[in-house]
Amino acid sequence: MQPVVELDGLSVDLGGRRILHDLKCALSARTIGLLGPNGAGKSTLINALIGFHAPAVGTARVFGLDIRTEIRRARSMIGYMPENDAFIANMNAVSYVRLMAELSGLPADAALERAHEALFYVGLGEARYRKVGTYSLGMKQLAKLAQAIAHGPKLLILDEPTNGLDPPARQRMIRLIREMRESGGMHIILSSHLLRDVEETCEEVLILKQGKIVHYSNLEEERRANRKFIEMEVLGANGTFASAIESLGCACAATGHNRLKMILSEGIELRDLYRVAAEQNVQIRRLNYRRDSLEDIFLKAMDSDLAGAAPTARQGAANGRL
Amino acid sequence: MAVYKRSYHGYDGPQTSEWSRFAIIPRYAYRGLFQSKIMTAFFVLCFVPPMIFLSLIYVADNFASLAQLVQANRVGSPITIDGKFFLNFLNFQAGLAFILTAFVGPSLVSSDLTNRALPLYLSRPFSRAEYVVGKMAVLIMLLSLITWVPGLILFLVHSSLMGWTWSIDNAWIAWAIFVGAVIWILIIALLALALSAWIKWRIAAGALLLAVFFVAAGFGEAINAVLDVHWGKLINLMYLLETIWRQLFRLEEGSDITAASAWIVLGLICWACLALLGRKVRAVEVVR
Repeated sequence: MQPVVELDGLSVDLGGRRILHDLKCALSARTIGLLGPNGAGKSTLINALIGFHAPAVGTARVFGLDIRTEIRRARSMIGYMPENDAFIANMNAVSYVRLMAELSGLPADAALERAHEALFYVGLGEARYRKVGTYSLGMKQLAKLAQAIAHGPKLLILDEPTNGLDPPARQRMIRLIREMRESGGMHIILSSHLLRDVEETCEEVLILKQGKIVHYSNLEEERRANRKFIEMEVLGANGTFASAIESLGCACAATGHNRLKMILSEGIELRDLYRVAAEQNVQIRRLNYRRDSLEDIFLKAMDSDLAGAAPTARQGAANGRL
Repeated sequence: MAVYKRSYHGYDGPQTSEWSRFAIIPRYAYRGLFQSKIMTAFFVLCFVPPMIFLSLIYVADNFASLAQLVQANRVGSPITIDGKFFLNFLNFQAGLAFILTAFVGPSLVSSDLTNRALPLYLSRPFSRAEYVVGKMAVLIMLLSLITWVPGLILFLVHSSLMGWTWSIDNAWIAWAIFVGAVIWILIIALLALALSAWIKWRIAAGALLLAVFFVAAGFGEAINAVLDVHWGKLINLMYLLETIWRQLFRLEEGSDITAASAWIVLGLICWACLALLGRKVRAVEVVR
């Protein structure tokens, strides 16, 4: 499958400083999350993909189109929702979204039809003839989303889409992103500080720190891996219980008094653990799937040493270690 | 798809040609501009002088018949339709064009910069050059309608009344009207856009446009008076244009500066405006 975005040694300089350093990775999930602390280079990466910043070294490809040489064609496939307030003064939402759709290449009447559809879709149908300048922050975010999807892009880039939204508005935005993902016709890149937003919507996550990739994670693989990773609190166990578990082919380690961690091997189910416990006369007092949340992954990535970082994409699940 | 079916779907219909997309900007701009009654009224007012000049041409070309009607003795018309007549027309319309530009120009780019709309424009298959051309087209089309278009219509009307021999002999006047007006339009449109991009506050940008023309002219005259030189005229934009127009309309009266120096200064002004636009019209501003 052709990657949605391919970073090929991409470096970007701004104001005489290198902001992005030799980024290499291929992203092909339907929804891709960009994570990183402030100043990590998320927005710079997005700006480089849209062609706002020229690469200093290397390049990037969007659906195989080189951003150095084919940015115009690449842009025709992209919808962009910027982080900050962005609108055209003295224009109602219909004219605003229609203008943007026309600039993307839609004929005037098709653009008008799509503008109405997009505004209804994001939930601004009733307010579509109001001037965008009079909208609340949440409505402006939705209007920005409408202009980004009106021309039917193949790749939607959302820069902090839930910024400044109250909880219901945030939920609505997340639901819209999920719906668009599930429509099947669009890939989404979501840049956010909010781990929860990314966790709820994304399949792949790229974590940046100081302009470098410090972690790539396929959340689907992570979730699958999490299902094999177990923490257990037992009573009456001695060393033979752990050995019995290991004899099933599982990795097992004691992590404290009466606590065990284990990775289930293929074909081993929970009932096998209960059977072994019964045989050993051990009481299982608590059993949890240990979930490496995105926050855990993010914090691990932030603690990682940059010099040895920049793992290649598809290294995948960071789990599987005790 | 009906609007009530609120599910997302892509678009795979026809696309417009890329070269024509700059024209979308003026279309939307006019829709906004002509919502203002003052603007509409002033634009209509700009066609009053061409009507007066049209009447003068009619009177000049039919003076003998009109004199007979009022039983006057005079046979020769007091109005001469020549290069100077059309230069006067152009001067008049250029003044109106300047006022129109001061009204329309300052908000063209500044509002997009203030509302951070440039990333929206430039994230599409739409370049910075197309954006500038689109914004300039707003002024170019508007000002053309009140300068060289009525000027050429007047020329054609006079040609039809005088016969085609006159029009062939004086074809250079049509050329002078067109070129003279286009130079003026380009200069004020570029200046208005550059100042609009430089100063995001619309009112300040309008004031600066007036200052560039009138304060600079006054400053130039002061330099001439104090230093007893002529080159102070080089910062008087009106004078520079006047010098070029005199050359185009083949008027003999001398100017304090040469036409070549006027062309050079105007070229430099255009270059400076384009450089300023190139610096300011960017999707994202890089802070050093």
